[in-house]
Amino acid sequence: MFLKLVPRAEHSRKMAYLSPLLAGVLTLITGGIFFYLQGHDPLFALKTMLYTPISDTYGLAELCVKTAPILLCAIGLAIVFKAQVWNIGAEGQLLIGGLTASALAVNIIEVEAAWALPAVMLAGIAGGALWALLAAWLKTHFNANEILTTIMFNYIALNLLIFSVHGPLKDPDGYNFPESAMFGDASLLPVLVEDTRVHAGILFALLAVVVIWVLLARSFIGFQIKVLGLDASAARLAGFKDKKLVWIAMLISGGLAGLAGAGEVAGPLGQLVPQISPGYGYAAIIVAFLGRLHPIGILFASLLMALIYMGGEMAQIELNMPLAITGLFQGMLLFYLLACDVLIGYKIKFPWSGMDTVTSRVEQQ
Amino acid sequence: MDIDLITNILYAMIRTGTPLLIVALGEMVCEKSGVLNLGQEGMMLMGAVAGFIATWLTGNLFFGFLMAIVAGVVMSQLFAMIALGLNANQVATGLALTIFGGGLSAFIGSSFVGKPIEGLEVIAIPFLSDIPVIGKMLFAQDLVVYLSFVLFGVIFWFFRSSRTGLIVKAVGENPHAANAIGLPVMRTRYLAVGFGGAMAGLAGGYLSLAYTPLWAENMTAGRGWIALALVVFASWRTERILLGAYLFGLASILHLVAQGLGFAVSPNLLAMLPYIATVLVLVMMSRNQGRSKMYAPISLGKPFHAGA
Amino acid sequence: MNTPTASFQPDRPKRLIMQGITKQYPGCLANDSIDIDIGVGEIHALLGENGAGKSTLMKVIYGVVKPDAGEITWEGDKIRIKDPAHARKLGIGMVFQHFSLFETLTVTENIALALGDEAKDMKALAEKIRTVSARYGMALNPERYVHSLSVGERQRVEIVRCLVQDIRLLILDEPTSVLTPQEVDTLFVTLRRLAEEGCSILFISHKLNEVKALCHRATVLRGGSVSGACLPAEEDASSMARMMVGDETPISMDYDKVQGQDIFLQIRGLSRISEDPFGVDLKNVNLDVHAGEIVGIAGVAGNGQEELLAALSGEDIIKNHDAIHFPCGPVGNLSPEKRRGKGLAFVPEERLGRGAVPDMSLKDNALLTGFLTGLIKNGMIDHESTESFAKKIIKKFKVKTPNSGTHAKSLSGGNLQKFIIGREIMQNPRLLIAAHPTWGVDIGAATAIHQALIELRDNGAAILIVSEDIDELFQISDRLCALCDGALSPIKPAPDTTVEEVGRWMAGIFDTDVCDALAPETQTVSANATAGAVHTH
Repeated sequence: MFLKLVPRAEHSRKMAYLSPLLAGVLTLITGGIFFYLQGHDPLFALKTMLYTPISDTYGLAELCVKTAPILLCAIGLAIVFKAQVWNIGAEGQLLIGGLTASALAVNIIEVEAAWALPAVMLAGIAGGALWALLAAWLKTHFNANEILTTIMFNYIALNLLIFSVHGPLKDPDGYNFPESAMFGDASLLPVLVEDTRVHAGILFALLAVVVIWVLLARSFIGFQIKVLGLDASAARLAGFKDKKLVWIAMLISGGLAGLAGAGEVAGPLGQLVPQISPGYGYAAIIVAFLGRLHPIGILFASLLMALIYMGGEMAQIELNMPLAITGLFQGMLLFYLLACDVLIGYKIKFPWSGMDTVTSRVEQQ
Repeated sequence: MDIDLITNILYAMIRTGTPLLIVALGEMVCEKSGVLNLGQEGMMLMGAVAGFIATWLTGNLFFGFLMAIVAGVVMSQLFAMIALGLNANQVATGLALTIFGGGLSAFIGSSFVGKPIEGLEVIAIPFLSDIPVIGKMLFAQDLVVYLSFVLFGVIFWFFRSSRTGLIVKAVGENPHAANAIGLPVMRTRYLAVGFGGAMAGLAGGYLSLAYTPLWAENMTAGRGWIALALVVFASWRTERILLGAYLFGLASILHLVAQGLGFAVSPNLLAMLPYIATVLVLVMMSRNQGRSKMYAPISLGKPFHAGA
Repeated sequence: MNTPTASFQPDRPKRLIMQGITKQYPGCLANDSIDIDIGVGEIHALLGENGAGKSTLMKVIYGVVKPDAGEITWEGDKIRIKDPAHARKLGIGMVFQHFSLFETLTVTENIALALGDEAKDMKALAEKIRTVSARYGMALNPERYVHSLSVGERQRVEIVRCLVQDIRLLILDEPTSVLTPQEVDTLFVTLRRLAEEGCSILFISHKLNEVKALCHRATVLRGGSVSGACLPAEEDASSMARMMVGDETPISMDYDKVQGQDIFLQIRGLSRISEDPFGVDLKNVNLDVHAGEIVGIAGVAGNGQEELLAALSGEDIIKNHDAIHFPCGPVGNLSPEKRRGKGLAFVPEERLGRGAVPDMSLKDNALLTGFLTGLIKNGMIDHESTESFAKKIIKKFKVKTPNSGTHAKSLSGGNLQKFIIGREIMQNPRLLIAAHPTWGVDIGAATAIHQALIELRDNGAAILIVSEDIDELFQISDRLCALCDGALSPIKPAPDTTVEEVGRWMAGIFDTDVCDALAPETQTVSANATAGAVHTH
């Protein structure tokens, strides 16, 4: 290696905050070069992706619509990732949440009472939470690696969803399209701003940010979750119940992802379709890292991620680019973030900057 | 069940199991050196798309497979640079590789979706392929399947009796001790990750050049993840990777079996079977941690920074 | 008697000369212009406290660490040692304190790995291992897996690994800390024999009597630089100790031995099969610890200490609840938290990563076990009381730290241990269990910790100490026993037993039918080689 890493005596807080910004800038630069190579004016292309989508009220409203599910999933991931439980299954939990919410909603289309909407939301939360708890149970009782089980549950959830829209939940009057019937009005989330699609889902997401913030910063449960994640054997010695904590974290994370799914079907979609999510659950993983697992950071990172989604669509329309550009930018962002994060724990020593004082980690232990 | 059906099921089982076998062997070598690369799916997809495009442009399958392997290696070294060179969290870096590989492959492959190519041909070995039942399964396959048999043998020997295999195991168990007695920890790990990338690329190429053969977004459908589970299932033992890969191959073609036997089950439900099987297998194998302890690389996933 | 001075020749040719060796780490000057030389066939002691710079210097010699400045002359040639492989090629071998062995590989495979490509023929190598180990009196079976070996046997693997090649300088880092006194004697016989054959030996230790018994010359380090050099045979322990710690630090204290009052901890028939395939089963352990006394359990690591401590802390729930009793009743089925509620405090062996969370502040680490003392209100953390609790610990136990927001991992070992023990003591425990309480800390901190433990005992708490350091146990324990292969020896008041007797217990030589697996390989025990470390009156 031509660069040498020198461990810092203590982690740099400044770098912890600067690293996501640096990663964003590097992603922009790489994206610009990338557009240039594709034969586009890089500045115009970046503007098309990252500014044009939100240059009017409608765009801002759409940003909120897309932010809501990402934020809900990511804020839940903050909890599980703090506990070092690698729940990669937000996507599946979101899908199951949408599925269970729809299963209830299509059976109460005629109901006009006020309980319909809360019931649909709760059904979504319960679905997502149970889906997550399944993985938690396999982890705490059978030691099954949660990364692999939650990924598998994502695939299973997707197949369940497709099965449902082709089978039990298919709209009998829907000309055989794989879709459910439209929900009754009482089951739909209220629209917040006239003539847009902004619905109450974004309020749930903001509420979740506040609650999770308090939980992590103030509550003893949050403290225990943090200890479990940083040092499991210290948690065990202190008598914290690790299995219970894993369950709580997964319950919250899955429940919020389930709520995100319910918010999609009862919000902008109004029915169950096979494509509830363009990978919101996976994007939330990037958001959680980008936001430093801190609720406020995650809020900003969610907005950025929603913007990248909209930018991908805009690039498809305006620049004739494949929609996959969204995934490309997401991946790039996460890679740059991980690379920049090295600056938190290490100083970079360039070969031309003085004598060889590289130290060894072995030595410090 | 008649003989023909069994013969065909066994044949398809090997074909379906082959990409899993190849990825899982590569990942096992990588994990034995102490590196957990969750980016298998991303590397496979890049292998699949690179192989497909190369073959589409040149009409040369061999060149296609070569490019698939190159793509896998390049992706793996991207992972290695960040996870090993910069000491980043291996879990997060692996996830990033999967997300990035998925996005990039979909992007560069977007104009190749649905285009046809001539896939890899089956080479039936004279006489041997005429053996009833197992003849077709073992001796009427394509070159990559035969290659996978060889790879299995080589890796089995590698860990059983080669000095380099011993070094890989030592580095995966205790990198600090390995460094202290002068073993090249980092070089071993870079190479192991690179080998895993080559295998994932090859397996991806197999999907787009032989198995399907065509390119579609996310065509690996979780096989990279299943391969990761396979390594756990096999508790890091080569011979059990072989067993596991073919068992999963079988689980993936159960809908053929069901059709053959005349059951009418929704294809969407049957499509879940490999994933459900993966979960069940993980549960069964992870229950008793002690059993696999002799073979599991103890320092798996832990960063190592020697500096010197 | 083979006294070291008899064979000392000051004019023997130099094998290694190091001049002006300097090594800077972030925030710490580990080696400050160190000079040292070692002759052919000389046993040279490198003495110093924890943190004096011994480990860094020896890693420089072995090529693990590159010095920032300084010159190394090896057998007359100026060289730069590039890496351990280079060092080995020169004939430098090293026996690490924390062994660099691979548990899942066999003895032969372990040794083959270090030898490089010349070790192709495994059968021939196994034969060579057999011959070499027999020649130096270190019986070793080349086919055994390392995880099945005792700590003493593992050390033999490390030594034999150096001996199968052409060895000119053997470095041993605190080799005796993991051995029973009898095993120490055997090791010394081997080392003397090696030296007579012309091999140079660098013996790193902080145990002065061992140095006196074994070494020809000694170099003493303090705070990263050389604080003195001497001929150990002509010094007494206290003069060398002064060189090690300086004039200000009180070296050692004698504490009164007392009799306890009522029984607080009662262990009856505690047996447990380990779930870990590499673990040790506990075999019918019986022990009482009285209020107002310190009971010490000696033993070489890996003889069931971890398992016993886990059963006592509540991390492992044992099936037979009655096996562990507090005055309030059986506690064997209670969680660690519940046992804390009944008066237990616990200091684990691992300070960072069990006793304290490395990446959390001292304040958060105070909360880690202090949460039962009113720091939680309605499930919410009372940040103010937690802060003041942390500050009290820091003040009372003189923890050197900028403030309570400092991360645990940036404290030195001694300071962090003072914080952890302080945190436990401040909760007014009725029973304190501490594992290796002064392992790896400097003498000043060790003395402070011992005094705190004695004070806690005099206030009526029951204290159980598990330690590998037999001198420490004799210093602070009122009663003593030893653990071997999961079985507990008889227990005796400290003044009524001797280092030799406890050494035999550690080797499993006591009257129980379970622990006769380890055969005695004893010769007569030479007291001066094994007794007290830094211990002056």
